[in-house]
Amino acid sequence: MTYLFQQILNGLQLGSIYALIALGYTMVYGILTMINFAHGDLFMVGAFLCFILAALLGLSFIPTLLLTMFGVACVGVLIERAAYKPLRQAPRVSAIITALGVGLFLENFTLALSPYPKQIPQFLTSVTWTIGGVSFSTLQVFIIGLSVLLMIILDVVVRRTMIGMAMRAISWDKFVAPLVGVPVDFVISVTFAIGTSLGGAAGVLYGLAYPVIDPYMGIMVGWKAFISAVVGGIGNVRGAMIGGYILGMLEILVVVVFPSTYRDLVTFTLLLVLLIFRPYGILGNPVPQKV
Amino acid sequence: MSILAIQGLTHKFGGLTAVSDLNLTLNAHELVGVIGPNGAGKTTVFNIISGVYRPSRGSILLEGVELVGKSPSQITNLGIARTFQNIRLFRELSVLDNVRIAHYGQVRYNALEALFHVGRFKKEEARIIEHSMELLALLRIDAAADVQAKNLPYGLQRRVEIARALATRPRLLLLDEPAAGMNPNEIDQLMDLIHWIRDEFNLTTLLIEHQMALVMSICERLLVLDFGETIAEGRPEEIQSDQRVLEAYLGDTVT
Amino acid sequence: MFCINTLMVRNRWLAPCVLGLLFLFSIAVQRFELLDPYVQLILIYVGINIILTASLNLVNGYMGEFSVGHAGFMAVGAYTASLMTVRLLPPQMAGLSFPIAVICGGFVAAVVGLVVAFPSFKTRGDYLAIVTLSFGMIVKSVIENINAIGGPRGFLGMEKLTTLPWVFVWTVLSVWVIRNLVYSKFGRGVLSIREDEIASNLMGVDTRHVKVLAFVVSSFFAGVAGALYAHVLQFITPRAFDIIKSTDILIMVYLGGIGSLAGSIIGATVYTVLLEVLRPMGVWRMVFMPLVLVLLMLYRPKGIMGLKEFPWFVPIRDLLAVRSWREKKQATR
Repeated sequence: MTYLFQQILNGLQLGSIYALIALGYTMVYGILTMINFAHGDLFMVGAFLCFILAALLGLSFIPTLLLTMFGVACVGVLIERAAYKPLRQAPRVSAIITALGVGLFLENFTLALSPYPKQIPQFLTSVTWTIGGVSFSTLQVFIIGLSVLLMIILDVVVRRTMIGMAMRAISWDKFVAPLVGVPVDFVISVTFAIGTSLGGAAGVLYGLAYPVIDPYMGIMVGWKAFISAVVGGIGNVRGAMIGGYILGMLEILVVVVFPSTYRDLVTFTLLLVLLIFRPYGILGNPVPQKV
Repeated sequence: MSILAIQGLTHKFGGLTAVSDLNLTLNAHELVGVIGPNGAGKTTVFNIISGVYRPSRGSILLEGVELVGKSPSQITNLGIARTFQNIRLFRELSVLDNVRIAHYGQVRYNALEALFHVGRFKKEEARIIEHSMELLALLRIDAAADVQAKNLPYGLQRRVEIARALATRPRLLLLDEPAAGMNPNEIDQLMDLIHWIRDEFNLTTLLIEHQMALVMSICERLLVLDFGETIAEGRPEEIQSDQRVLEAYLGDTVT
Repeated sequence: MFCINTLMVRNRWLAPCVLGLLFLFSIAVQRFELLDPYVQLILIYVGINIILTASLNLVNGYMGEFSVGHAGFMAVGAYTASLMTVRLLPPQMAGLSFPIAVICGGFVAAVVGLVVAFPSFKTRGDYLAIVTLSFGMIVKSVIENINAIGGPRGFLGMEKLTTLPWVFVWTVLSVWVIRNLVYSKFGRGVLSIREDEIASNLMGVDTRHVKVLAFVVSSFFAGVAGALYAHVLQFITPRAFDIIKSTDILIMVYLGGIGSLAGSIIGATVYTVLLEVLRPMGVWRMVFMPLVLVLLMLYRPKGIMGLKEFPWFVPIRDLLAVRSWREKKQATR
């Protein structure tokens, strides 16, 4: 029982990280119908920025988190402006390939600068609490809590503010939105900034939970987060959160039942089965075809 | 003799009834027009007949064969071809390829023969090219056979769409607003063309159109839809004086 | 008239002659070591990459779908063929058993492709990307969990059976078969799906059938390439066929140009050779290459060749269809 509870907590922790990254995928897809395959690598950039700020400059947690989010957002907007914006009218696949290229660039550039894996210092002291025979670390609770807080803020921004309304307007109809005065370029950049800053935050939290980081860490985590965005219904913000937690819980709970080497196998098979029954994801809706 | 028999056809999008209890029988070699205000459900009827949508209720018989539940490609290969309101050519491909693609159902070779270019492949390919070029020549667009479809002027694109539809060897041709975006001169040519291909290919034709002049002059029978309901059916001159039709088009202020 | 006739004669006989001479040359190179072994190795990789690129181009370029699991099919072919040459077939008859093993690698990959294709083309456009992505991870995970074939440690014991002449034959065969498919009713169906799937279906094209066929053929050649790859490296691990490998193949496809076999050949060659030439740059070449790709996409979004094809890859029948019809008309008039 205690073991299971501990595993659920682990699942929530991993799910939080997937959910934060999945949000970046889903927001960009929602507004541009483009899969930003470089997003997983921006998560990696976040983890490395966190290493620089915390280990090399010795900053404490809050400034590290905020500066990382800001830094990654800047990189994200820069990529959007330099590489994606000129391709908005080009075939969709050109933008996807560009994103793959940008991702590879980020990976290998980081690798060139830092050939060996890095260790993020334990800059938050973790205490282990025991309540009713169940013990858990404050760090885990903190990671989950902070992620949930960020997601609530995002949800409010998307649903309640002008900028959120503008985002929804563009994803609804990108040709009409500018006609009613929505500044499309600005809104798209803001979307990238928010999405990538959440990815950066995920990088910091990941570094807290699993301190050893390397330039290729974003690939697997990124693809998995992308799949969770699809499972939730890509383009749907709440769907991405749900999808992230589903994937995180699945990965951890599969290991409870099966040997750990079966993790990817079982997880992805289950996700595929789910997509056969709900091809548009849990919260997604089919787009009616026009003839 | 009837070629197409539609009975009790109803289609709902969510709460909206786009087509309600439509009945229509087309006789062989007939030219029938479907008219009605925007949003009356005309294109939806075409989409149901050609298999893009599966109707909520009703049956469609093509010479006794039930079409409901069949895929668009099966329906096409049974003998129904169509054009589109907003031209949907394969834009990056040549005009010849556009027409060749529509021969898909008639080409008699299998995947293995295609992979190694053996067996019936060569003969069939030669036949398809020949047939496609003859079709293009009949529609007087053979000069543009090598041109990418997207580079043709609008009027010619319409012709290519008709040629492509004819390439499937249809018995029933569905034309969705063929005159949209054309000038009066082009419309005159189009009218001649529609008449001519009907006789040349022995077709039954169902036509959606907004240009009243065109519909009234070439159709033998008209069907008027409004909000998915059939509000009138009959010969053009009967329709012209029908009270409900006038109301649908001009609003209920007409007395 | 004269011009066309000479063109026909040239096309019909010249291509087989040139290919035949090149084949003899490749045998000579191998037998008498005319080229440095290192250069031979690079040529072998170029050939394998051409097979991979051309086959993926069929699905991603000609058909306009987005498959990201090509390395998975490669893995299936590589393991199947390696198991056959190492465990099943007698090693004395390598000359005979190797082609059998390669073909079997292709077939097993094709069967797996069939299984993947059925659910993938059911509903939506980017569904295939998701299914193939998951498929790639599942394949890797399955192999890692089978201890009999080495699990995560990999599989070894293959002899170096992949030689320059073999690679040459397989490359020519793959490109030829893919070209044949492209210039057939199925290939035109594939193109029409890229252009407008609904219209294609409404013109009588059995789009489901066409998609599955293209995907299965594509998987077959990925399997063949995998089999060849395994018998150059002589040691394969599941990690050699992960998502990074799939990304490499994607890059070659879009670098060369979608919907063009000449593009695939150029893309695979340029990418493979450039990576070798830039080897002195060390890690920085891997920084440089993606930059080139991004710049290419920005200034030539359809790749080096765009949608254009080198005329030699087009069958004469198609190349001259309109012209010879017109001439025939003229003659009868």
